[in-house]
Amino acid sequence: MTTDVINDQSEHDSHDGGHHDHKMTGLKRWLYTTNHKDIGSMYLWFSFIMFLTGGAMALVIRAELFQPGLQIVEPDFFNQMTTVHGLIMVFGAIMPAFTGLANWMLPMMVGAPDMALPRLNNWSFWILPFAFAILLSSFFMESGAPNFGWTFYAPLSTTYSNGSTAFFVFAVHIMGISSIMGAINIVVTIMNMRAPGMTYMKMPLFVWTFFITAYLLIAVMPVLAGTVTMVLTDTYFGTSFFDAAGGGDPVMFQHIFWFFGHPEVYIMILPAFGIVSTTIPAFSRKKLFGYSSMVYATASIAFLSFIVWAHHMFTTGMPLFGELFFMYCTMLIAVPTGVKVFNWAATMWRGSISFETPMLFSIAFVILFTIGGFSGLMLAMTPVDFQYHDTYFVVAHFHYVLVTGALFSIFAGAYYWLPKWTGYMYNDTLSKWHFWCSLVSVNLLFFPMHFLGLAGMPRRIPDYALQFADFNKWVSIGGFAFGLSQLIFLVLVIKCIKGGEKAPAKPWDGAEGLEWTVASPAPYHTFTTPPKID
Amino acid sequence: MTNRESQNKLSKQTQLQTKDASVKKTVKKLMLIVFGMFGFGFAMVPLYDVFCDITGLNGKTSNVAASYKGVSIDTERTITVQFLTRTAKGIPWRFEPMINEVKVHPGERKIVKFYAKNESVSDIVGQAVPSVSPGRAAIYFQKIECFCFNNQPLKASEDVEMGLQFYVDLDLPDDVSTITLSYTLYDITSSVDS
Repeated sequence: MTTDVINDQSEHDSHDGGHHDHKMTGLKRWLYTTNHKDIGSMYLWFSFIMFLTGGAMALVIRAELFQPGLQIVEPDFFNQMTTVHGLIMVFGAIMPAFTGLANWMLPMMVGAPDMALPRLNNWSFWILPFAFAILLSSFFMESGAPNFGWTFYAPLSTTYSNGSTAFFVFAVHIMGISSIMGAINIVVTIMNMRAPGMTYMKMPLFVWTFFITAYLLIAVMPVLAGTVTMVLTDTYFGTSFFDAAGGGDPVMFQHIFWFFGHPEVYIMILPAFGIVSTTIPAFSRKKLFGYSSMVYATASIAFLSFIVWAHHMFTTGMPLFGELFFMYCTMLIAVPTGVKVFNWAATMWRGSISFETPMLFSIAFVILFTIGGFSGLMLAMTPVDFQYHDTYFVVAHFHYVLVTGALFSIFAGAYYWLPKWTGYMYNDTLSKWHFWCSLVSVNLLFFPMHFLGLAGMPRRIPDYALQFADFNKWVSIGGFAFGLSQLIFLVLVIKCIKGGEKAPAKPWDGAEGLEWTVASPAPYHTFTTPPKID
Repeated sequence: MTNRESQNKLSKQTQLQTKDASVKKTVKKLMLIVFGMFGFGFAMVPLYDVFCDITGLNGKTSNVAASYKGVSIDTERTITVQFLTRTAKGIPWRFEPMINEVKVHPGERKIVKFYAKNESVSDIVGQAVPSVSPGRAAIYFQKIECFCFNNQPLKASEDVEMGLQFYVDLDLPDDVSTITLSYTLYDITSSVDS
């Protein structure tokens, strides 16, 4: 893709005054901003704060599980920790981080001046802190925070709720509305704001993955909203959607929830595919291998995500046909995912690879995400799932795909674009420390969980049998090491914002894309005149 | 401003307007999907019921009395039907089958009794909800008459014998030799009152 380099500085001075020519100052700038870069930064900071909050809860869990027996917290508080840790990491850390990246990069990548609906963009960010304030405030209520698991299975969240259900439901409603508005913005931007000449099949893969993810969000977040509404009315208004006494069915809850829940897990991984499909070619100095197969693979994964939900419920007593159907459909997902992994490997093959930190995180992503994918395949097999169900094997699986998968890709993206965002190069030594500490500790943290699960240690229980003690000790040490390693990243980012070596417009010689044609840091307004794509 | 510049500006404006219009169109379409999927979430409730009714998945039995007309009896097979009862949290009733299991031929009509006693000092309305295991046997378990079709009010300390009349359908899959019928009793006093 060749592009005309736009001189945005002069553009900026001359453009007419309808928009914010001058940034407002202080808090007002951030409250009122409709600028995609400001909103992207806010999303990213918010998700990092939530990441540390949810991480602190994970450390409470790991501290309790350091030894067998109950030492630090009560079982009920332990349940609140596992529940809110899950909710915060899914809805507060991973998803907003991706939305932040989308806000920052999408308009620049498609050559648009901003997101299509800037005011909506402001709203979709600013309702998020309220959602999490509601959720976290329940810790200070008499009844405590939600303790029924992030999956809020009925009747745990209805009949046996500790009284926090209303807080939980309204928080999820707001998060859902925020996600839907963000997703609509992304789709509308991509469909209407692309620079002239940028056909769909010329869009960077990053744009494609966010496009498809946004559609998934629009399709399933309303279902989640419906589910929590039913839980709300069941708990407080006497309906019985999930209550057998009134003709409802608690198993139906699981069907409706996982109809949302399974596409949701792809919402958290497809953008990760987009990020590493950007970074791996850049540091291999080759074009992405099999671009169009990557697009089709992403689309097929998104489609398949709608017909595999019941693999989360093999043990609910489904008929054999159902179990086989969901087993084979789930295994089918390995095909497009395999295409992706092979394409990344083929992109690196005979490339002129250099190991800058974004590349390190990307390579770690490919390897560790594949491990998570394989344990997912094991879980997909109905007969063996009866053994693995609700054990630490499941915990190991989804942390491999979400931490070493989604989170590592976010780090890769953050390191890749930090020079563009701040105008300075990050401290390379610190970034290497961050990577290697994270890599070693994350495997110490999650790998032994596979063995714990195979040996039968159930998840979401604050105590365990003595034979699990040694592995749990190592897991907890890994957990604390991983948590502390993330503080290196915080220091690095703050240092990078404050100063450092000046970044050129294109700090990575193999990088491609419109975002590298504008100066570093990216000017407040970019592409007010669309670039032309040949 | 020269003529040409103003023309340029004009065409830019019309470009922007068409862009605005297409943005609005896309937003409207997407909002339709959002509302549609919100509705679909709720539509899954009746759909699920219909699906379970047709397939008998989930052990849900029919809430409608089956007619016992022109049913032939297959004396070659014998099916064991077991009865289980449990009371849901918060209903102070004794509730048990008067016989734990019966052997029936497919097509044969059987009557069994269940015993319930309100052991509290207040009047309570109970509702028994049946469930069949294995789930795929549910559509072959035909209730001609069942106390579970209606709610059961009992005054304080009152007791009652409740009848169930059923037969097992001839089409019951060959590999099923035991059917377990489980009743859970719920307190529905508050919803009946209101």
